[in-house]
Amino acid sequence: MPERIIIVGAGPAGTRAARILAEAGLATVLLDEAAGNGGQIYRRQPPGFRRPYAALYGTEAGKAERLHAALDGFGGLIDHRTDTLVWSLDGRRLMLNTAGRADSLDFDRLILATGAMDRVIPLPGWTLPGVFALGGAQVALKHQACAVGAKTCFVGSSPLLPYVAYQYARAGAGVAGVVDTTPRSAKLGALPDLLAVPGVTARGLTYMAWLARHGIRYWHGATPLRVEGGEHVTALVFRTAGGAERRIDCDAVALGYGLKCEHQLADLAGCAFRFDSPTRQWVVAQDDAGRTSVDGLYVAGDGALIRGADAAELAGERAALALLADLGRPVDAARVAQIGRHLARIDRQRRGMDKAFAYPNHLAQSLADDVILCRCEAVTVGEVRRAVTEQGADDINRAKAFCRVGMGRCQGRVCGPAAADVVAAALGRPIEAAGRLRGQAPVKPVPVAVLAQAELGETQSA
Amino acid sequence: MTGSDKVDVAIIGGGTAGCAAALELRRRGLSVALFERRTVGSQASGVNYGGVRQQGRDPAELPLSRRSRPIWDRLPALVGHDCEFMATGHLKLAYTPEQMAELEAWSAMAAEQGVETRLMGANALAEAYPGLITNAYGGSLCPTDGQANPRLVAPAFARAARRAGAAIHEHEAVTGATRDAAGFRIETERGTRILAQSLINVAGAWADHVARWFGEFAPIQVLAPNMLVSEPVPYRLPVNIGVCGAGLYVRQIPRGNLIFGGGKGWADREAIRARPLVEVSCQASAQLARTLPWAANAAVIRSWTGIEGYFDDDIPVIGLSETTPGLVHAFGFSGHGFQLGPAIGEIVSELVVEGKTTTPIDAFSIRRFARAGHQAA
Repeated sequence: MPERIIIVGAGPAGTRAARILAEAGLATVLLDEAAGNGGQIYRRQPPGFRRPYAALYGTEAGKAERLHAALDGFGGLIDHRTDTLVWSLDGRRLMLNTAGRADSLDFDRLILATGAMDRVIPLPGWTLPGVFALGGAQVALKHQACAVGAKTCFVGSSPLLPYVAYQYARAGAGVAGVVDTTPRSAKLGALPDLLAVPGVTARGLTYMAWLARHGIRYWHGATPLRVEGGEHVTALVFRTAGGAERRIDCDAVALGYGLKCEHQLADLAGCAFRFDSPTRQWVVAQDDAGRTSVDGLYVAGDGALIRGADAAELAGERAALALLADLGRPVDAARVAQIGRHLARIDRQRRGMDKAFAYPNHLAQSLADDVILCRCEAVTVGEVRRAVTEQGADDINRAKAFCRVGMGRCQGRVCGPAAADVVAAALGRPIEAAGRLRGQAPVKPVPVAVLAQAELGETQSA
Repeated sequence: MTGSDKVDVAIIGGGTAGCAAALELRRRGLSVALFERRTVGSQASGVNYGGVRQQGRDPAELPLSRRSRPIWDRLPALVGHDCEFMATGHLKLAYTPEQMAELEAWSAMAAEQGVETRLMGANALAEAYPGLITNAYGGSLCPTDGQANPRLVAPAFARAARRAGAAIHEHEAVTGATRDAAGFRIETERGTRILAQSLINVAGAWADHVARWFGEFAPIQVLAPNMLVSEPVPYRLPVNIGVCGAGLYVRQIPRGNLIFGGGKGWADREAIRARPLVEVSCQASAQLARTLPWAANAAVIRSWTGIEGYFDDDIPVIGLSETTPGLVHAFGFSGHGFQLGPAIGEIVSELVVEGKTTTPIDAFSIRRFARAGHQAA
């Protein structure tokens, strides 16, 4: 019997992996929560929406169009299941929720291309209606042609920050300003690395220049202080690099400090993790091809390492080639080497990105005690600190047990990074000593009724 | 702690029983060193369902349970935290006349021991819990029972014990213990050597190892309660529920989360690893949807488990060692030790100090396994 191969995630990495395996004649099951392939970066518009690719994806329109079409003609080999959440992994079995219908699938080999999500750092007022994650603000525009506000302030530190502000302004939505926590000097210092992939860097500079030309202020080296508003956002208050306090009137805030890997399934599978200092987050331990510590399990794309869509496609192909090699199939060594060179260049450029848009962990560590840290469970920064100083929590999981931080609906996917920094600071230890929030099934909420169905259902084989 | 040290009592295991014993012994003026290989309350005491229940217990266990119950009310004064204890009552549901007969028999037995329950038919249930419970034949409510947050209890006892002067050593496993004329010589993975006059073995699912060091046999097995929690939904369930036969138990906390379980997860006690099993989570969810149909649309947000020790006869080992003076055992609570923990701390302290306890514990002697031990050897 042929090996059952499953790919989770139909973004750039997962789609490319499925395509490569199909070209080699191997059948795969491709699972994704969305209605069509493309992932977040090349997310498709809903049925009936008719914006052209150029309007949706800008300079990346060609890539998006190619990726969307990448599965065409392989219907017999690629079983693409849309609207499907993989909510748990138990041994070699995946548990699925397909639009409210429970199912399970067994696999022999698995490529996890589960993508990334926004990394946010709370600030006073961040739970007010009108505050969105930066990536969420972008998805609203890309997916449904909606702006999160009529006058949005963009806050954080991320290559997406100037890009999404540009996209909003180009789409005719008001942009109140861009408040970037990384100093201009750091961006200049990162230029040598950034130029490893000159095209991407040039695009970034173009967006910034475009914003400047259109009178949209961009503050570098700023410190966000609070979001103001009664029932809704009315302003963002920050301190400039020069130390002056400024107030920007706005009706929405898009907040983002880069991305964090979504790797809960790898965690449930028992994969080893390592702490990645440059991006200040835990990542799945992997070799150059995406092989994890668990036999037959590969990771690719932003769920494996945050390095963007182009790298994700290459990493998806690389993982697929590794899988083929592991099956004893012939693999084009020249192509493997070529991918390696591409990825090395992108990695160098990412090192520049990590400096140009640095993660300001001190902002999390210096939050006031009364700021809400965990939205789901309404846990304040002070409660997390006291779990450490008064109750003796010695890592993030113990703090979770004592004060419920990260224990709610999102399972710490939103507050986890900032909570780890608060715990580390309270312990007086480096961030990696605060540990990693353990993944617990389900990866995302699943109704009792769907779990109940799964009990009755029969397992299918891929 | 490094080098060699002397204490009156050493305790192996930082569950609720061990931490409560440390506090009680300090109150009696003895010096105490407790060793826990991970963090206090990280296994059975911390990962269980959180039921504070007398109802349904083995008649032999009921005196322990009765003794423990008032301690839960006194937690704020005793350990400085209420551990989210609420006397919500415990309602056991019957779905057949046979199950109802079992509840009636238990109720009569418990009444003789002074535990009051209220037997309810289908109509009484519908009146008391309108729209909440469907299809039940009847039930038994023990109004003095309740629920608490298991993650908080052992740590609260440990902090109180520390404040009272006990040495609580976390992340320090005991690697061996022997007894000679001077007392118990205990060694830990960090090279700590300690001499203790008495030794309390409350090492949960690993306690049979300690017993074996002193030539005693206890056929402990491993159990991992498969637990789930939902997102918050409107607070409707004012009582802790158990279901006859099905193994389902469910409670709702005032913030709205439904906490439920039933069945066993996967555990490997040598590797100290445990995880819930998807299949079991699905079974428990199906039982929940049948028992409380209104809960079917709540989304499950997390599952968990941990390692508990249990015996085939479903009651623990509690009492003085049969081989070694000064050694006290209390372990293998078979999935229902959470409510008992605070009283166990008192009882083992009495056994250490006085050599006896006012609570009847004969049924729990490790002696009951002696014959099997000979056969195994």
